[in-house]
Amino acid sequence: MARITAGVGTSHVPAIGAAIDLKKTGEEYWKPVFAGYEWSKSWIGTEKPDVVVLVYNDHASAFDMKIIPTFAIGCGERFAPADEGWGPRPVPDVIGHPDLAWHIAQSLILDEFDMTIINEMTVDHGLTVPLSLMFGEPDAWPVKVVPLAVNVVTYPPPTGNRCWALGEAIRRAVKSFPEDLNVQVWGTGGMSHQLQGPRAGLINAEWDNMFLDGLIGESDALRHIPHIEYLRETGSEGIEMVMWLIMRGALGPATRCLHRHYHVPASNTAVGHIVLEPITGD
Amino acid sequence: MTTDIHQYLASFDDIPGTRVYTAARARQGYQLNQFAMSLMKPENRARWKADERAYLADWPMTDEQKQAVLDRDYNRLLDLGGNIYFLAKIFSTDGLSFVQAVSTMTGMSVEDYQAMMLAGGRSPEGLRSKKEKR
Repeated sequence: MARITAGVGTSHVPAIGAAIDLKKTGEEYWKPVFAGYEWSKSWIGTEKPDVVVLVYNDHASAFDMKIIPTFAIGCGERFAPADEGWGPRPVPDVIGHPDLAWHIAQSLILDEFDMTIINEMTVDHGLTVPLSLMFGEPDAWPVKVVPLAVNVVTYPPPTGNRCWALGEAIRRAVKSFPEDLNVQVWGTGGMSHQLQGPRAGLINAEWDNMFLDGLIGESDALRHIPHIEYLRETGSEGIEMVMWLIMRGALGPATRCLHRHYHVPASNTAVGHIVLEPITGD
Repeated sequence: MTTDIHQYLASFDDIPGTRVYTAARARQGYQLNQFAMSLMKPENRARWKADERAYLADWPMTDEQKQAVLDRDYNRLLDLGGNIYFLAKIFSTDGLSFVQAVSTMTGMSVEDYQAMMLAGGRSPEGLRSKKEKR
């Protein structure tokens, strides 16, 4: 049977992707950002997950304003990197796992999560930057990916509670997949940042670290944080952190923290990263 | 657990210096954002760079929106329904980074803005709520 063995949370700042692609990771500005991922790269090299359910948001790349799916799951065979205006990132195509993705999609719908199913789309920095941070620059990604795109751009995004519950449902879905697969769930985006208006540049390290704390252990308090608190405390784009709650929900009742990293800034953004494993009671 | 949509939306107006991208803004800015999205295609970028006014003439946007685009007045564009991820297509076409473009909305020079980010960013202190002054 397939099983969820770990969760990863990470920011997906586009400038991080650009720093990797332009070979700037050794620069003083970038060193501390990437240093926090060294442990994780070595860890994932040993863990060798078969599939990552990668929760992210599209930033006006594959989706424009014509269609705004709240939760969309990529069931296609492969997903090419999006051209975000300056050519696609020079990274490998993302290879899907259609059997698992369709199994999750069907299970979620019967579990009353009305998913949008996507067979063809490109994937932007929201999805590819986390892969680069965790795997570096391989010729092919060493993992298959089930993209799970969440609307966090047009209000209202899904509530934190709904995201957590979706994670719980993904856990049930993965556990009922007959093939023996090592599956990780990643939540990406955040942490505090605001990219618009006179308040742009807002960073709230204290709140971000409270959020990281809340992902560890048995508490599910984070699922009840209302949107207005993310907006007030973490800037207009901090709302991306609801996507981390899908990852947390998928890990079950309790977690243990294996690694944690926090750095300000990358471009306009606070970089947060955490590696969690489920403490399974079931 | 039902949220009152009116209270939910009203609370956004209490955040200083922030325009939350609500359904109302998404409607108001639909053509503006779709115009910006069109700049994702190289052939459109070339046409846009050759003659911005002629390119805008093809889009059913308001005169105010068109003028704010020509002025690169990003705060005004947010007020007119623009969303930052769509507006990013305009400033990327201009060759500006997020830091450069975002700093223009803050009234700070790009150097001062970058220095603020390096020093840990803008503190939320006093910028959480207009009413509660916290």
